Amino acid sequence: MLERQARVIFIAPALIATLALLIFPIGYTLWMSLHAWQIASAVSPQFIGLENFRKILFEDTRFREATVRTLGFAAFAVTLQVVVGTAMALLFHRRFWGRGFWRTVAILPMVTTPVAIALIFVMMMHPTLGVLNYLLQSIGLPPSLWIYDERTVLLSLALVDTWQWSPLIMLIVLAGLAAVPEEPYEAAKIDGASRVQQFLYITLPLLRPAIVVAALLRSIDALKTFDIFFAMTSGGPGYASETINLYLFNQAFSYFDMGYSSAIVVVFFVLILGLALVAARLRRTSWQ
Amino acid sequence: MAVTATPAHRRAPLARALPNIGFYALVILFMLPTLFVFFWMISLSLKTPVESAAYPPTFIPRQVVPDNYQRVLSGEFFTNTLNSLIIAGATTLLGLALGAPASFGIVRWGYHRIATVMLVARILPAISFLVPWFIMFRQARLLDTYTALVLSHLVVNLPLIIWMLIGFFEDIPKELDESGQIDGCSIFGVFWRIVLPLVRPGLAATAILSFIFSWNNFLFSVILAGRSTRPLPVAVFSLLTYQETNWGPLAGAAFLITLPILILTLLMQRHIVSGLSLGAVKG
Repeated sequence: MLERQARVIFIAPALIATLALLIFPIGYTLWMSLHAWQIASAVSPQFIGLENFRKILFEDTRFREATVRTLGFAAFAVTLQVVVGTAMALLFHRRFWGRGFWRTVAILPMVTTPVAIALIFVMMMHPTLGVLNYLLQSIGLPPSLWIYDERTVLLSLALVDTWQWSPLIMLIVLAGLAAVPEEPYEAAKIDGASRVQQFLYITLPLLRPAIVVAALLRSIDALKTFDIFFAMTSGGPGYASETINLYLFNQAFSYFDMGYSSAIVVVFFVLILGLALVAARLRRTSWQ
Repeated sequence: MAVTATPAHRRAPLARALPNIGFYALVILFMLPTLFVFFWMISLSLKTPVESAAYPPTFIPRQVVPDNYQRVLSGEFFTNTLNSLIIAGATTLLGLALGAPASFGIVRWGYHRIATVMLVARILPAISFLVPWFIMFRQARLLDTYTALVLSHLVVNLPLIIWMLIGFFEDIPKELDESGQIDGCSIFGVFWRIVLPLVRPGLAATAILSFIFSWNNFLFSVILAGRSTRPLPVAVFSLLTYQETNWGPLAGAAFLITLPILILTLLMQRHIVSGLSLGAVKG
């Protein structure tokens, strides 16, 4: 058996499967984005050039608002979970009794079925019967309408996302903490630096690469968050929590406008890819 | 390193500054939201309809009843569970069958660029595949079949499987597989009889994570599944749509769908932690 043939036999099946399920859909989407096509109607797809893109970029206010919401949600949620996740990592870096068990408990939200989480939070965030309002009031804070108010719905969803994904930041920052050397602390102690100073001027700068990576990974995922939005609000009340994902879902599977939704896919795609490239560049500089 | 590290040196500086009791209080404070959500899920699932809608709410159910679980289990819950098992099981098996040889090849012959290409499937929004797939599967009359669901889950799971396994294959010394070849094993024999048995723990961890991600998947199933293939997340979600404020059955269903994952995670905690932090992958 020639080595060259063996290479093909080992790698090709997975590669072909991935490419077939990826490349074809990507090409098909690009092609369909140039058409007008309602899948439910008998009329076959009409070629209309870049008309869909003109509409998305210049006329579709619903898309524009969805983009602002998507970016705002991601920025807020990721900021929050970077703070919480880093704090958790600092706690769990210390050895203490039961640490392994508690760390496993800490990551449970990441592996729990998102729809199940969404259901429980819907019940907890109920404005009149929910336990969260009860808890707020019992410590003297005013109740909130949570996901039932246009002004608080994105914040509430960001809280759910933070509950779910802070542990991921924790895991990545923990890996970063494990690589922090001892020497700077010895030197700092000799120089009489306080613990707060050690944290601000040694730990945080050394952790920066890990935190940046974690934040970037989470940002890319936060832009794509779907399950909790769909299950908890379906974009409501009104359109107040309609992100690009939800808008796209509605165009494709409520209005069955396949041409237009293909074009939205392309724009969304470019947006994410652009951010991923910026992320990759930032990541490189942050390592230096 | 010149200085011998004592445990105290290993502590995070912030944590070092805190006295012990304060430290444990902080751990509990940070774990409280996590624990409370699971606690509330279980608590609601055991309450009577009257008690679950009571305000102020009771934390420990005054009266524990099995009614909610009975109601959930009397529906199509078993069919849905079976569907979930079939889809997640087939996705994982197929993913390992394709992914294990591929990651072995990538490590052995240094094709790491291929692994990078596969990451594209991870970065792109899942919904962007869904539109063309829906059209494709509709045309091929594959909507509401296991085939469509397994193929769609495979695309998001295969990159995860390959990335995780690359890590495990890299830990195996190359001399082992060279000595195997000198002893007359073909490269396939080396892979099957020497390398695979050595990465068995890695395979198990990868399989479990892949299974969990497929089990949790909602977006693909909501569009591509129909009455006969509907998996658990979609079924549980449809309980919410004709929702009253009778929360018990909802909470019971949410707990039942979560339970297998909680058990798997607690059993395999170490491997799962390494797998999660490695690819930082989500379905």
